[in-house]
Amino acid sequence: MNRRPFLKLVSALTIAGALAANAASAETIRIGAVAPKTGPLAGGATVTQWPSIYLWVEQVNAAGGLTVDGEQMMIELIEYDDQTNPGETIKAVQRLATQDDAHFIIAPYGTGLNLAAAPLFDRYGYPQIAVSAITDQQAELAAKFPNMFFTLGTTTALAADVVKVLTDMRDAGQMGDKVAMVNVADAFGIELATAAKPLFEEAGFDIVYETSYPLGTQDLSPVIKGAAAAEPDAFVAWSYPPDTFGLTEQAMIENLDVKAFYTAVATPFPGYGARFGSAAEGVLGAGGVNPDSPAFMEYAAAHEAVTGAKPDYWASATTYASLEILGQSIEAVGLDREAVTAHLREATFDTILGPISFDENNSNADFWTVGQWQGGVFRGVASRGRDGTVPVILKDGWE
Amino acid sequence: MDILITGILLGGTYALIAMGLNLQYGVARIMNLANGEILVAGGYFAFIAYTSTQLSPLLTIFVVAPIAFGLNWLIYVLMLQPLVNRAKNRGQLEQDSILATFGLSFIGVGLMLSFFGGDYFSYSFMAVPVELLGNTFGANRVLSFVMAVVICGALYLWLNRSRAGLSIRAIATAPASARLVGIDVKTLSALAFALGGAVTAVGGALISTYLTLDASTGVVFTLKALIIVIMGGVGDVRGTIVAALLLGVLETVVASLLDPGLTLAAAYVMFLAILLFRPQGLFGKKPT
Repeated sequence: MNRRPFLKLVSALTIAGALAANAASAETIRIGAVAPKTGPLAGGATVTQWPSIYLWVEQVNAAGGLTVDGEQMMIELIEYDDQTNPGETIKAVQRLATQDDAHFIIAPYGTGLNLAAAPLFDRYGYPQIAVSAITDQQAELAAKFPNMFFTLGTTTALAADVVKVLTDMRDAGQMGDKVAMVNVADAFGIELATAAKPLFEEAGFDIVYETSYPLGTQDLSPVIKGAAAAEPDAFVAWSYPPDTFGLTEQAMIENLDVKAFYTAVATPFPGYGARFGSAAEGVLGAGGVNPDSPAFMEYAAAHEAVTGAKPDYWASATTYASLEILGQSIEAVGLDREAVTAHLREATFDTILGPISFDENNSNADFWTVGQWQGGVFRGVASRGRDGTVPVILKDGWE
Repeated sequence: MDILITGILLGGTYALIAMGLNLQYGVARIMNLANGEILVAGGYFAFIAYTSTQLSPLLTIFVVAPIAFGLNWLIYVLMLQPLVNRAKNRGQLEQDSILATFGLSFIGVGLMLSFFGGDYFSYSFMAVPVELLGNTFGANRVLSFVMAVVICGALYLWLNRSRAGLSIRAIATAPASARLVGIDVKTLSALAFALGGAVTAVGGALISTYLTLDASTGVVFTLKALIIVIMGGVGDVRGTIVAALLLGVLETVVASLLDPGLTLAAAYVMFLAILLFRPQGLFGKKPT
């Protein structure tokens, strides 16, 4: 008789048994994370999403874990790369829920990927505290997926506050009312441009140049040249990371003479300030923080110490705050996901951004909307309900 | 005039992107889908050299080129030569090499992610205006165009004047007959592939002075290169240059006169038109 297969079976069973016993006795909270590490959104997720997750897990575990029912439990992070592909996001969430048996799952990165995953979070009963999911559909989504929460604001608020900042500058006599507005032809850019256009017109602005360009356009000089020919007082671009850099560089080369220059996503990235240096002075962008608040300074220092990179001046801190919220909720009511979701709706959480609570639409009403590079730091100049906004300065050339 | 120059400058960028693939596909018969990753790697190299030691990308390319040449030589000898040896016909080789290099592109992305992280890398190099015929252009774009002219010119002369170059063209035209007249097809194919890789990496280093790249942007460049090579005609340097310039001018004309949103559509319409009316490419030879 050949005893080998039998031996193999026995040893396999022994190992499997040992593993199972190990898993049962280890007191860890399994937290799943799925976000792009490759694909078009990887650059953004690498700056904003992943480092804050690593930092939070590291800090919680260094402090001995989360206290659940009087017991200290360490966090075990299970991470997946969704390749910026909604199909992969869905698969990863499904896998985390059914095979990895994760206790909680951190919301994915980007509006589209969050929306794609929402039905699965809902089906498996996981709370989804979305950060980089900016949309005006929050009320409808919260009604459809009661577990979905929003922290970073709405499209209209983001657009409206840009219009407001420019209106204030015009009314103060700092500039005229001619605006050039461009957008990247992608869900995010189109939605913002659509929201901003009537707001600009209502505020009495004259849109002298308006266009869109495809994602990944390699030469943006026609866009800047077209805008420059219309001689605007302000330039507003609802842009994504590669084109935010490209538009700024072209504006420098063309010496685009405007009093206000706005680019959207990636303007608050530390890499933006590092690349453009003093030319970035006065550039307006989406988001913002209060960089002088002690909580943010402490977070930024820890972020750099643990991950080796600086946080951005917008969604990084909010991502970290969303994890603080999750942790506080787990400590308050335990690992029961339904109880955590109910707790999220009712409680007020103490985060590095200040207190955060969710309204009847599961939305956080206090967030930053517009920031500006001032003295090598990106400072919030407009917000909904946040302290520490600073006055706007005029864009004074590109030197 | 402004539009024309902008378009020609963009065409120079496209020529840098596509020239390497043309050599690899036209001569070595390897449809290299990892071409974009080599380009991004060249860009990374320039970025690191510039941010850490302020070394100008113009000097970096002299380091990048031999490294990329060696690396691509190794890739060809270790990974692709066995495919060439076992392939019974050209179709099978293309199929195998597409699959193999598709895998290679994932390895490339993974390696770059683990070494450099997924962050965007961008730096300002010569982002100053230059005046040409009364219009302003980015000095970095003009510089990269000049380099593209130099590289393409050198390649053209080398392929048409030197013995090795002529042999390489012989392989591109008739691989089976080339062997009969005493050309070392194996070595020269490896040489062409490695040279293509070196040109691509140098292009990446130059392009990184004005485009923002990250570890997974390679595929964008692979696709663009593919379109240009097929439009220009496989294995012909002139075709690639003409197709790159045409594409650059067309995109700029559409962006400036019609709408920047239509550039992609215009590019693909031109691609389709060439596929329909001249499937062998602008300079390609009709299969006999």
